[in-house]
Amino acid sequence: MAISRRKFITALGTASALSLGGAPLLALGASRQVVVIGGGIGGATAARQIRMIDPAIAVTLIEPKQHYHTCFMSNEVLSGRRKLASIRFDYTRLKELGIKVIHDKAANISPDSHKITTNNGTVLSYDRCILAPGIDFRWDQIEGFDAKTAQLFPHAWQAGQQTATLQAQLREMADGGTVIITAPAGSMRAAHAPYERASQIAHYLKQHKPRSRVLIFDAKTAFPQQALFLQAWQRLFGYGAHNSLIEWHGGTAHRLIKLDATTRTITTAAGELHRGDVLNIISPQRAGHIAAASGLTDESGWCPVDLRTFESTRHKGIHIIGDACIASPMQKLGSAANSQAKACANAVASLLNGREPAAAVFTDVAYSTIEEAYAFSTVGSYRLAKEGNRFTLVAGGASPIEASTEDLKREAAYARSWFNNLTKDTFG
Amino acid sequence: MSTDNQKKWPTAVFALGLICGSLSGIGHATASPNSTLLLAGGCNICHGPNGVSSGPATPTIAGLSGEYLLSTLEGFKSGEIPSTIMGRITRGYSSDELQALANHYSSRPFSASQQPYDPRLARQGAKLHNKYCEKCHTEGGSSAEEGTGRLAGQWRPWLIWALQDFRSGRRLAGRKMQQQLDKLYIRKGKRGLTALLHYYASQQP
Repeated sequence: MAISRRKFITALGTASALSLGGAPLLALGASRQVVVIGGGIGGATAARQIRMIDPAIAVTLIEPKQHYHTCFMSNEVLSGRRKLASIRFDYTRLKELGIKVIHDKAANISPDSHKITTNNGTVLSYDRCILAPGIDFRWDQIEGFDAKTAQLFPHAWQAGQQTATLQAQLREMADGGTVIITAPAGSMRAAHAPYERASQIAHYLKQHKPRSRVLIFDAKTAFPQQALFLQAWQRLFGYGAHNSLIEWHGGTAHRLIKLDATTRTITTAAGELHRGDVLNIISPQRAGHIAAASGLTDESGWCPVDLRTFESTRHKGIHIIGDACIASPMQKLGSAANSQAKACANAVASLLNGREPAAAVFTDVAYSTIEEAYAFSTVGSYRLAKEGNRFTLVAGGASPIEASTEDLKREAAYARSWFNNLTKDTFG
Repeated sequence: MSTDNQKKWPTAVFALGLICGSLSGIGHATASPNSTLLLAGGCNICHGPNGVSSGPATPTIAGLSGEYLLSTLEGFKSGEIPSTIMGRITRGYSSDELQALANHYSSRPFSASQQPYDPRLARQGAKLHNKYCEKCHTEGGSSAEEGTGRLAGQWRPWLIWALQDFRSGRRLAGRKMQQQLDKLYIRKGKRGLTALLHYYASQQP
C-alpha cells in the first residue's frame, strides 16, 4: 500500500518518540508547507518564527484583513491617550521574510486531506497547519444582541472599527452621561481588561465630562487584580463615594441577559433595568468560528491541544495557539499567544525535520494602564508539568498592592515599552 | 578579556548547577542552543526581538557583559536588586538557565537607542563622564567588559531610575561607584547627573 509523503510526515510527527531521526524525511526533498490561519499576535508570531528557525519551510498566512489592530493598549485609544493608528500593524515585514500572505478568509479545514479552502475558493495543502483564530462571541447568550447590533453597541473586544465606534460614542456623549460596560463570566480574552477599560474611560471622563460615570455590570463575583484596580479607582476616581466615576456591580445577579436597542436599556439576571448613553457589551466568548466549524473545539467552546506541540487532540496535523486553545493557567493574552507561537513554531519545525520538539518555557505578561503615570502588571512563567498534559505556574504574580507611586509611574513607561517590543517581536 | 571570561564560564555553570540542582519537580530545559532560544522568547516580549528594546524605557539587554547580565538577573531573583517586574519573573528560572540567558544576550549585537537628548547637556556630560566614570565604564560608557553595565546608547528613562535607586540607597552600588557618584553630585548637583545621562543618550549611530 502506498503511503503519501504527507501522511508519512503526519505519522512521523505524531509518533512522538521519533527515534527514526530526520534523514528519511529530508531525503524526500520537496518543500514542506505550513499554513497559518489568522494574522493576529499568535499567527503572525508563528509565521515569523518558523521562517527564522528554518527558511526551507514554506509558510503561507491566511488573514482577511490588510491590518491588525492590537487589543492590548486599545483602551488607551478610548481615553484619547493614543491614536488608533498606533495600534495598527500590517504584514509588510512578514512578506519580506518570504511569508506568503493571502488576504482571504479560511472557510474550511479538511483534516483528512490536509487541505484548507478559502472563501474565494482557493485550496491550500499543508503538511502542518497552525490555527490562530482568536475569539468569537456566543451570540445566543444575550437576547437582543447579535453581530449586527454589536455595530451600534460595540464590544470592542476585537480592536479596530469596534474601538473607533466606541471611542466616537464616548466623545459624542454629553457630560452627565452614563457609560455601561457589561463583563461576562467564563473563559475570555484578557480577563483583566474590562477593568482597565473602565479605568481609561473614567480617566477620559474625569478630564472632559466629570459629571458622567461608568457602571460595570459583571457576571463575575471577583476579577483579576481586583485589589489593585479598586485601589487605583479609590485614589483617582473617588471609588466608593456617592459621586464615584466608576461603580462595579458583580455577581451572577448582575449578568446581562437582554439588551433593548431602542431604549438603550439592559436587563440583568436579577431583573434590574439600566439605561446607558454608551453601552459597551462585552459578551461571552468562545474560540474563533473556524475552530468549531472544523470540529476542533470541545464542550467548553475552546480547543483542547497537546501542550508539548499545541497539536489538536481532535485532529492531527493542526496546531492551535492563542486565545482559542486551552492552556490554563496561562491567560488568554497577546503575550501568551506570542509565547505559545514561539514554542509551537519550534515544535512544528522540529516535527517537519524529524526531530523531537524541545521543552519550552512559557510567559505571559499584561500591563494595565490607568492614567499617564499609573500602571501595574501581571506576569506568569509556566512549564509543562511532568505528566505533560497541563501547565504549572512556576513564578509570577501581580504588582504588589503597596507599590510606590514611583514604581507605578515606572510601570506605565514599561507598559508602553512592552507594547512596542511585543508588537515588534510579532510583526517585525 | 573576553577570552578570559569564556574560560571562566564552564566552571561557573558547573558549580551553579551543582549548588542549585533543579528547582522543583518540573523539568527545566537544559541549555542547548534550541532551548536557550525558547527561554529567551519570554524575555523578548518586553525587551524586544534579540533583546534590542524599542523603548521608551525598558532597557536593551543585547550586547551587555555576560557577567553583568548574570549578576543582575541573580540580583533580581534574590531581591537584592529592586525591580517592578523582574523579581517576580526571574524566580521562575534556575541559575543555569539564567547563565544561559546571560550568555545568549551578551552574544547578541547591541543597538543604540534612538532617543531625544539635549546636545549642550550632552557635551557637559561627556566631560563629567571622562572625569568620574570612564575609569570603569570605558570607551565612553560603551564597553561591555567584566561586570559593568553598558551606559552609552541605553534608554535614558531607565538610566535615570537606575541612578535614582543607586543614589537613594534602594540599590547598592559598589564602594567605588558610590564614591564617584557622591563626588559628582556634591560638585555638580542634579544638573551634573542629568548632563551625564544626556551624554549617554546622545551616543547614537
